[in-house]
Amino acid sequence: MIALLIRDLRLAFRTGGGFGLGLAFFLLVAVLVPLGVGPEGGTLGKIAPGILWVGALLACLLSLDRIFALDFEDGSLDLLATSPLPMEGAVAVKSLAHWLVTGLPLTLAAPALGILLNLPPAGYGWLVLSLALGTPALSVIGTFGAALTVGLKRGGLLLSLLVLPLYVPTLIFGAEVVKRGAAGMEVATPLALLAAITAGAAGLLPFASAAAIRVNLR
Amino acid sequence: MEMVVTDLAVARGGLVVLEGVGFTLRPGQALVLRGPNGIGKTTLLRTLAGLQPPVAGRASVPAESLAYSSHADGLKATLTAAENLVFWASVYGTGTVEAALAGMNLLSLRDRRAANLSAGQKRRLGLARLLVTGRPIWVLDEPTVSLDTASVALFAGVVRAHLAAGGAALIATHIDLGLDEAEILDLSPFRAAPGAFAHGPDRGFAEAFG
Repeated sequence: MIALLIRDLRLAFRTGGGFGLGLAFFLLVAVLVPLGVGPEGGTLGKIAPGILWVGALLACLLSLDRIFALDFEDGSLDLLATSPLPMEGAVAVKSLAHWLVTGLPLTLAAPALGILLNLPPAGYGWLVLSLALGTPALSVIGTFGAALTVGLKRGGLLLSLLVLPLYVPTLIFGAEVVKRGAAGMEVATPLALLAAITAGAAGLLPFASAAAIRVNLR
Repeated sequence: MEMVVTDLAVARGGLVVLEGVGFTLRPGQALVLRGPNGIGKTTLLRTLAGLQPPVAGRASVPAESLAYSSHADGLKATLTAAENLVFWASVYGTGTVEAALAGMNLLSLRDRRAANLSAGQKRRLGLARLLVTGRPIWVLDEPTVSLDTASVALFAGVVRAHLAAGGAALIATHIDLGLDEAEILDLSPFRAAPGAFAHGPDRGFAEAFG
């Protein structure tokens, strides 16, 4: 399992691995929105939580189709399926690797982009916390979508259509945490729901993803 | 450690391609599968490897004993030859990759990235993976594609050593490997009647979770 994690991380960091693409996309969104909305009044600060969360979500989406597609094309998914690794474990490790190269950098970079979007000072801690709790769910749900579409040529768009609706609860509660935190309100409820979504997704979806892969490999 | 296949029927794309296949593969034995394109050699091997369920019959493969090698090599282009093998060695929990590299004559290429290897060198690296699995039963689908005659002879030597060490090999191939001791199984008599449908779509769900 650790070998698979190391291999996936190494592949991501090598040339053409796609590390940093999501982060760069996130940065672009956070830079472009103020240019479009304009600097006046408190508009920017008010929409900042939503923009940051939508940006993180789209940045996550960008690299999802790579999770299994490359392994499928070069045949290593077949070989992994016949190896002693349980498919559920392999899928969970791949989700973790995806989070480490996408979700974690997004979480760490978010405060800097909060400044660009004029996020109220009280919101920064909650922004990082909500992304840290919420982005693992994005990776796990995305892995499930990638497992469903593995083997389809040009499955990327279908993957987005499948996965984006499933991201809605994470987006709602994640942005809500930041919004309430920035306004100095109680955040416990959306935070608990956000954590519950992540825990539920991480606990259940690897089994569904493994089943989807087994069907797709036939 | 013997693989027993009895009355096996396999399907591809919902159509039964082979039925009534039966053979026993004992330690030290090599079995070469022959048959025209499309007869179902790959489908049979994928079924034996557990990638797809059989339609009928059974294949009893001892647990944790089978190493499967497909048409594709499963190499990562940005990893070096040695890194590719080290990954599989740690997945299978076996030790060193030196013997495997030496066995397929890859020692001088160990630090080359797989992207820079020729097709034949990639194939040799893909076959070296079998040596690091430590598994006794090799199931090989067209192992000699893009290999030159010298490499085919090298590979035949590796298979022979594997058999001598008590291993077994099931090989689908069109060319003569030079393995005189190998038995040949022609799949043509097992071709299924045309138009036989495998099963309804509802069984897939239970199999996927079962």
